[in-house]
Amino acid sequence: MTGNRTDAGVDTGIERHEYDVVVIGAGGAGLRAAIAAHDAGARVAIVCKSLLGKAHTVMAEGGIAAAMGNLYADDNWRVHFRDTMRGGKMLNNWRMAQLHAQEAPERVLELEEWGALFDRTADGLISQRDFGGHRYARLAHVGDRTGLEMIRTLQQRAVDLDIDVFMEFTVTELFRDPSTGSGGTGGRISGAFGYWRETGRFVVFESPTVVLATGGIGKSYQVTSNSWEYTGDGHALAMRAGASLINMEFVQFHPTGMVWPPSVKGLLVTESVRGDGGVLKNAEGERFMFDYIPEFFKKETADTIEEAEGWYTDKKNHRRPPELLPRDEVARAINSEIKAGRGSPHGGVYLDIASRRSPDFIRRRLPSMYHQFKELADVDITQEPMEVGPTCHYVMGGVEVDADTEQSIVEGLYAAGEVAGGMHGSNRLGGNSLSDLLVFGRRAGHNAAYHSMRTKQRPTVSAEQVKAASAAALHPFEVEGGENPYTIQTDLQDVMQRLVGIIRTEAELRDSLAEIERLKERAKRLSVEGHRQYNPGWHLALDLANMLVVSECIAKAALERQESRGGHTRDDYPTPDDGWGALNLVLTLPSDSDSVDLKHQPLPVMPDDLKTLFEES
Amino acid sequence: MGYNLKMRVWRGDASGGELGDYNVAVEEGEVVLDAIHRLQATQAGDLAVRWNCKAGKCGSCSAEINGRPRLMCMTRLSDFDESETITVTPMRAFPVIRDLVTDVSYNYEKAKQLPAARLTPRDPDGKRRMKQEDVERGQEFRKCIECFLCQNTCHVVRDHEDNKQAFAGPRFFLRYAELDMHPLDTHDRRALAQEAAGIGMCNITKCCTEVCPEGIKITDNAIIPMKERVVDRKYDPVVWLGEKIFKRSDRGTRSEEHGPA
Repeated sequence: MTGNRTDAGVDTGIERHEYDVVVIGAGGAGLRAAIAAHDAGARVAIVCKSLLGKAHTVMAEGGIAAAMGNLYADDNWRVHFRDTMRGGKMLNNWRMAQLHAQEAPERVLELEEWGALFDRTADGLISQRDFGGHRYARLAHVGDRTGLEMIRTLQQRAVDLDIDVFMEFTVTELFRDPSTGSGGTGGRISGAFGYWRETGRFVVFESPTVVLATGGIGKSYQVTSNSWEYTGDGHALAMRAGASLINMEFVQFHPTGMVWPPSVKGLLVTESVRGDGGVLKNAEGERFMFDYIPEFFKKETADTIEEAEGWYTDKKNHRRPPELLPRDEVARAINSEIKAGRGSPHGGVYLDIASRRSPDFIRRRLPSMYHQFKELADVDITQEPMEVGPTCHYVMGGVEVDADTEQSIVEGLYAAGEVAGGMHGSNRLGGNSLSDLLVFGRRAGHNAAYHSMRTKQRPTVSAEQVKAASAAALHPFEVEGGENPYTIQTDLQDVMQRLVGIIRTEAELRDSLAEIERLKERAKRLSVEGHRQYNPGWHLALDLANMLVVSECIAKAALERQESRGGHTRDDYPTPDDGWGALNLVLTLPSDSDSVDLKHQPLPVMPDDLKTLFEES
Repeated sequence: MGYNLKMRVWRGDASGGELGDYNVAVEEGEVVLDAIHRLQATQAGDLAVRWNCKAGKCGSCSAEINGRPRLMCMTRLSDFDESETITVTPMRAFPVIRDLVTDVSYNYEKAKQLPAARLTPRDPDGKRRMKQEDVERGQEFRKCIECFLCQNTCHVVRDHEDNKQAFAGPRFFLRYAELDMHPLDTHDRRALAQEAAGIGMCNITKCCTEVCPEGIKITDNAIIPMKERVVDRKYDPVVWLGEKIFKRSDRGTRSEEHGPA
């Protein structure tokens, strides 16, 4: 692990390091990528904004989706692949969905190898739990703290391998060497620039490859389950380096976030509550999800309470309860109930497991939820229902990558996990995120390492590039009497929540783009107080630029796509459309402009042998 | 429902600092971290504080609230009287970087000294089998969110800076116990727990258990059993003889030294 050197021996302004692979982000994808790159023989650095082991992956609760077949022998990668594609309303990159379904089981077993202690079946195998959109109980889990188990296991593995970690470190720019490479004007990736949060000291990484594993964008919304780190850094870094983003209009609002007290509004309530028997009710006590079964899922969803109840014990002869529809469907249903005036006192609906499962069962299966509600809301979930409502949780969109290698259109730049796009199409199934991190984290790490070792002449970082990056990072200190970054962040969150939320319209999206333009102007005159040492105001000022460009991408793509699909619902175009269903929207940031470009691109076409999987039922 | 909270927050860095007095508008249902954030957003933009999940899951926002080691995100303002002044100071056992942020690298250094899990080979079908009741003991310890409040409160660390060299602290005794109780792990870390980690220096005052936000019974379920196993292997003549005869070299090196048990 690498610490921040503040000793007297370091007196030049800028610290320099050379690696084969620099991984930005230390959540599931970043750690898995670093381990893979290390295993392939590369010199690897992990760079992360927080302390090691604190990344957003710890918030994941439910489990890791993998067709291991431990409980249902009929489960296999084809069924998982089909569920994933249908959950994403067929907009997924089919090849990514295939690789994901095929490789997830081995990635889970690998975690066990490294010390993870999953819950077990009666036969002693890794237990698997039910989740929305998955045909079989498929999520490997540890109670409702699976993400913590995953990150701790990967962290301990990375420490065991003695991989260098730069903690509390933010990357602000990626470098390309214009004298190298083909494919595009800017040349290959040559490194990255950033600062130690602790001292504000600048660092240059020279590396022929960079793996982005920076997670999502949720902090651009007011009500979110995401932490401060989720400012779309990787999305923005990729764009500024010339890479493209796809599917940015698809933002997942998790159906069940806490709604009260205000301090925890948006905090995640795991889908496992529903997987383990919890149901949603409105203020009139009605199980309303039966009223919201869409045509697309009619064949596989129970339409009576009797059938739904039978499913928990006999899956062969019953269809799934509608509470376990994919997240986009459930979030929209809850939204409609609240709008129709059938919400709970604090503007949510009820999630009830208390009347359906024993207190012992609830405490054993859902210990974190029990603790979270008890401590933060004075609610005993074994005795009373929870109040829940939608919360911004995940962005399906991200860096456009090659499905097999995770390389972006920029040579040497890779992306994996939430920051990458394509895998989940228009909507991600619960449990498919943790498996995504492992499968594509490993692939990105491996491929970056190989790429690096094949690079005969290492690209270089020029003095001018470093000078420019350093001037840009220091800019907020030079403005006197400018705007407070916290105020602009709050205003942006308000715009995104109000105008680019679950239900969208053309007029509101146009307004949002105009508002974002105004915020971009204001952000040019940001000023921060204090100095460079551990200064959250300065850090936010730099992150804000990322949040703004990512928000613009979301709003622009949402305005363009005139249909409703997955995590993108247009009030003025309420149904899916086959034409749009064959298109990705691709966003880029031209180097001479601060405004994003959008183009249409046909979706990769699935081979016929896989297509047959969708004809069966 | 809202009111003006009187707060005292430590501001400063390695060279020194002092408590600053603030008045912060707070709302019903808020936690200490909310008040700190509002202070940061409206009055002190450069106030340094670590936080991530704000849900008691990541263990970043550890501090001392009215002298008690706690997570700021899990300390509700309703636990205090509205007229009471809430004082927030950085964890005392670690060097201050700035304001509420401390240098916790001690913990990351200790983590590196611990041999990781090394399991027996997989079953012929490529999977592994363990009983639920056998993994549950380890699972309790793996609930640890690494907030380091136990490390901060442990008087072996807190009151004696020079002990840090020889003492890994409660968080890592948890890890030793977890690996030791792993049904398929092949290492014996008892000698290491005694020598490099200094488990013998712990005199089981249970301060760590009291501050654990995850409610892990660190002392009763991890440290005491681990101490017993360390002692067993050192003094039990049957174990000693067994190891001599069967040469269980895969179980690690045997300690010949007697630590301050």
